[in-house]
Amino acid sequence: MEHKRIIIEPVTRIEGHAKITIDINDYNEVEDARIHVTQFRGFEKICEGRPYTEMPALTARTCGICPVSHAVASSKACDELLAVRPPKAARNIRRIINLAQMVQSHALNFYHLSSPDFVYGFDAPKEDRNIFKLMQTHPHMAKDGIALRAFGQKIIESLGGKRIHPEWIVPGGMSHVVTKEQAQTILNELPQAFDMAQRTLKYFKENLHRFQKEVDAFGNFETLFLSIVGKKGQLEHYDGLLKLIDAQGNVIEQNIEPKEYKTYIGEAVEHDSYLKSPYYIPMGYPQGIYRVGALARLNIANECGTSYADEAFEVFKNINNGKPLLSSFYYHYARIIEIIYAIEKIEILLKDPKTFNENIRSHAKINRLNGVGCSEAPRGTLFHDYSSTNDGVITGMNLIIATGNNNLAMNQAVKQVAQTFVNPLDITDGALNKVEAVIRCFDPCLSCSTHAQGIVSSFIEIRDSKKNILQTLKRN
Amino acid sequence: MSKLRVGTIWLDGCSGCHMSFLDMDERLIEISKHIDIVYSPYVDAKEIPLEVDLFIVEGAISSDHDLSVIKTIRKNSKRILALGDCAITGNISVLKNLVGTHAILEKGYIELANINTTNEYPYKVVPKLLDKVIPLNEAVKVDLFLPGCPTPADAIYEVLNAIIEDRSFDISTLTRFGK
Repeated sequence: MEHKRIIIEPVTRIEGHAKITIDINDYNEVEDARIHVTQFRGFEKICEGRPYTEMPALTARTCGICPVSHAVASSKACDELLAVRPPKAARNIRRIINLAQMVQSHALNFYHLSSPDFVYGFDAPKEDRNIFKLMQTHPHMAKDGIALRAFGQKIIESLGGKRIHPEWIVPGGMSHVVTKEQAQTILNELPQAFDMAQRTLKYFKENLHRFQKEVDAFGNFETLFLSIVGKKGQLEHYDGLLKLIDAQGNVIEQNIEPKEYKTYIGEAVEHDSYLKSPYYIPMGYPQGIYRVGALARLNIANECGTSYADEAFEVFKNINNGKPLLSSFYYHYARIIEIIYAIEKIEILLKDPKTFNENIRSHAKINRLNGVGCSEAPRGTLFHDYSSTNDGVITGMNLIIATGNNNLAMNQAVKQVAQTFVNPLDITDGALNKVEAVIRCFDPCLSCSTHAQGIVSSFIEIRDSKKNILQTLKRN
Repeated sequence: MSKLRVGTIWLDGCSGCHMSFLDMDERLIEISKHIDIVYSPYVDAKEIPLEVDLFIVEGAISSDHDLSVIKTIRKNSKRILALGDCAITGNISVLKNLVGTHAILEKGYIELANINTTNEYPYKVVPKLLDKVIPLNEAVKVDLFLPGCPTPADAIYEVLNAIIEDRSFDISTLTRFGK
């Protein structure tokens, strides 16, 4: 009997272009499953020869979901080229915008993309599994999702110039100050956003017991975890040192300057995906598998540092008695806690008088020929690494994008879910949806992770061991 | 009145225009009463449906897959709306043409890779990149062009409403190239 292969294309309700293949062996068992990212945009090359001043706006265009992350990491890399530290007000404003993006991006994943699976179930008719259906059946929930995302977007617009591809985050700091009036407008809306975030947490906690099977098999395995942390080891998204722990919570690396990343992180090419596979160099490839993003950040952090987030954090940590949570299903949980944290932190920063200082930009010419900017994007640790001439022309660029860091883990997770839920003798739409759903746990932003992609679809191809297509099944 | 059958897809772009679509915020709820999203990253349809009234396309065309998809979309849709500068002019996506596909791939998968066992570019399962990235109207006839980087939500809202109400529209104050 021939080996068979199932292909899900495109993967839907994720932020990128991908397909999934599931290989079936002679015994009608799932032998392997992989995610293939199907787009490549090549920013590392197209930025060469262009002035560094263009980089924040240009690299923001790698991704419409997390353009802020790129603008921030890019501006930080440019800060390094100038050898300046932006004034405190600028750092505060960048932080606020970065946190606002955390809110909108996490809300997007939870409500717009994933909540239909929670509300209707993974086996629900596929016509129902979307936000538009949710607007009809659960209008309050859909409105919360829309309003929470809008809360983040409006902050980005107010402080960054526009909602998508904001242009006021610049090398050396910010181009526009924040006024007390702007801050007050946001602070007026903040309590509502906070309530929505708390309702989201309550909903998730109350429903978590319904998803024990998913918790058990959705990317539930040992890996390392990587993120930046604050000075006291707390949750941090804008600026910090790298820390790496193992699945038991033991510290593998800490206090690593982001500019040293190349000593620790390598990138491997697999020829069936445009997404490269980063790995922890000392453990080799592919053993050096690690995860980044909200789950990694909460597994690594010793506290959030804001009161309500820390309350939720404690409950979260108790699930595995203080040890790292290994199931990727908990990414959803971690993202909600981060939304609460972000809202609390935004309030603190908007009440800090230093945020309103008019000194918001450090001016300099090029003082260094290399600069690395690193921050936590919604999906994980993001690196922008630039080389420049003395005149500020970019001569080299390396980007390691948040989602890319999770590539090995996403592949292992897809395989685990396929082996657990897909019965090759009776392939159901619900089972295939679960294979896609585990990808949604990682909330991959494939557009930016290949420094370039879009969204997905799905038909199934059954292939033999020589990869010849034997049959095409339409999921519709 | 039957609902407008609308598809949305994102080809070689950044998703920003799709995010801008979501930036209609609560107006989405109102719009959704008049349209059925029959294909989109936001819903679980896996193939381009037949008899689509309006297909909203973000991004340029950069792979053989993009090219075949846009042709199917043309065949199955009454109108195609090119959403955003990448779909209309190529914008950021065509910067690749300045150096060529080969140089882009060489950079990503050979120069900037620690491990590449055979020193080949990705070629299995994934679509092949075209030699040249092109905007939509170089591949198919496009009916509507709505510029912006990304196209602002207000402009998308105005055009959708105009189509729903079957009236003319003027977006000159709502968007422009590069906005």
